[in-house]
Amino acid sequence: MMDTRSQLTAFSTIIRKEVTRFLRIWPQTLLPPVITMALYFVIFGRLIGERIGPMGGVDYMSFVVPGLVMMAVINSSYSNVVSSFYSAKFTKCIEEILVSPTPNYIILAGYIGGGMLRGVLVGLIVLLVSLFFSPLEIHNLYITVLVVMLTSLLFAAAGLVNAIYANSFDDISIVPTFVLTPLTYLGGVFYSTSLLPDFWQGVSMLNPILYLVSTFRYGLLGFEDVSVFASLIGIFILALTLLMLCLVLLEKSVRLRN
Amino acid sequence: MTVALDIKGLKKTYSDGFEALKGIDLQVAKGDFFALLGPNGAGKSTTIGVICSLVKKTGGSVCVFGKDIDTDFSAAKQYIGVVPQEFNFNMFEKVKDIVVNQAGYYGMPKKLALARAEKYLRQLGLWDMRDKVSRGLSGGMKRRLMIARALVHEPQLLILDEPTAGVDIELRRSMWAFLQEINTQGTTIILTTHYLEEAESLCRNIAIIDHGEIVENTSVKSLLKQLSSEVFIFDLARSLSDCPEMNGYSVKQIDASTLEVAVNKGQLLNEVFAKLSAMSIDVVSMRNKSNRLEELFISLVNSNKATVEVR
Repeated sequence: MMDTRSQLTAFSTIIRKEVTRFLRIWPQTLLPPVITMALYFVIFGRLIGERIGPMGGVDYMSFVVPGLVMMAVINSSYSNVVSSFYSAKFTKCIEEILVSPTPNYIILAGYIGGGMLRGVLVGLIVLLVSLFFSPLEIHNLYITVLVVMLTSLLFAAAGLVNAIYANSFDDISIVPTFVLTPLTYLGGVFYSTSLLPDFWQGVSMLNPILYLVSTFRYGLLGFEDVSVFASLIGIFILALTLLMLCLVLLEKSVRLRN
Repeated sequence: MTVALDIKGLKKTYSDGFEALKGIDLQVAKGDFFALLGPNGAGKSTTIGVICSLVKKTGGSVCVFGKDIDTDFSAAKQYIGVVPQEFNFNMFEKVKDIVVNQAGYYGMPKKLALARAEKYLRQLGLWDMRDKVSRGLSGGMKRRLMIARALVHEPQLLILDEPTAGVDIELRRSMWAFLQEINTQGTTIILTTHYLEEAESLCRNIAIIDHGEIVENTSVKSLLKQLSSEVFIFDLARSLSDCPEMNGYSVKQIDASTLEVAVNKGQLLNEVFAKLSAMSIDVVSMRNKSNRLEELFISLVNSNKATVEVR
């Protein structure tokens, strides 16, 4: 078994490699979400938002900022891991790690850590861009930071599951297109669920992204439309479950070793 | 004898039912330069894949310097360096980063990793390319990069899967010299190759695998002794109108100034030269018709093919 120091070296190597990768291709990894979110701010926040009026007790621009930041965190942490890990599998670069004594939980921690770092960095940049449109208020810094970390962890782990099972590059775009995007749009980014009829409010409660967005919105604005404590526990359990699933898949070498 | 690699009853059946390894036994001594030969699809790469834990075995055991790859995988992996057949590094990474990162996966501190990367990149003539993106390297450079990467943690067992495939002759010779040097320094080397001249020049011991079974496992010397006859080509100083007759030897005239003579086990080349001299035939040069090991390899594989078909 590798000693702790060696494991930390292996972990930092994977992290460094991941960060170098997404910084090297920053026009593909950092710039697009910033441009997309800036357009959302202009169109939904400024142009349309001024006609909508207040929502959840705040002006519409302030209301959409938390949701758009979370949208960026979710997409970036997910796509970083799914594309990096699947590319490594496709080009067989993953063998560099598989032949080494690096334990599976370090491989897991390294890739998830890389995805979290990109998610948090993109979220931070989008938050900074939002300052051009709306002043930043932080109601509860701890909850804000915690929910961002848990969200990036959850979606980085989901990205890894997708990458492990993917057999082609098409397979890594299916989940973001057909699952993540609809759930994000229906997750209370642009509207408060209190506006929905009772039935659709009930359906919305099944969407995990609603809890992420609402909890983050609470952290920034103090506006609570779901229980923050229950949300944090739920997100934590979900993230833990996915991490365990990732570890089992790595231990069993599912679609990694013949 | 210290055993570097000990394989017992190794079996591998792929999910489609293909039985790639049918319970092979193989031992490689510490310090050996060992060749694993076999036709395409014989099971060479599967065997290497199992040793390096890239392929999951379905039966048997593999120990590297006494460490079982199942129960003591971390220690076993520390002993192994592998150079695969296909390029498997990130084509967008810099040469030095590829080697340093590999050292990191073995838990090597950055300072030591940088020093080792410099050492092996210099030895393999890649130091000047260290800051280049790897996809810009030539095919030969990419192969050498994989060797540098495999050596960075200084493994005691280096496994090379067709390391000189597609490499020009000059580079192949320089790679041979490099491998012989690290073998002299104590690294056990196992290589698979399709160039039997390579196996004959470099390796002391050899195993031939076919249809997932070891059909021969011996020293190169004793394998070559099995040859019942060798065919030599003689380039003559002057043209001959007819094919000369030599008692006890099968002679063929290839063209006016070239003869092909089969020399059986127990016969001497001196005798051939004496007979040619007696007929006033002067020889300018002489060579083997084909690589000696190649002849044996073909005969062994063909006889195994016949056995498999009979079954």
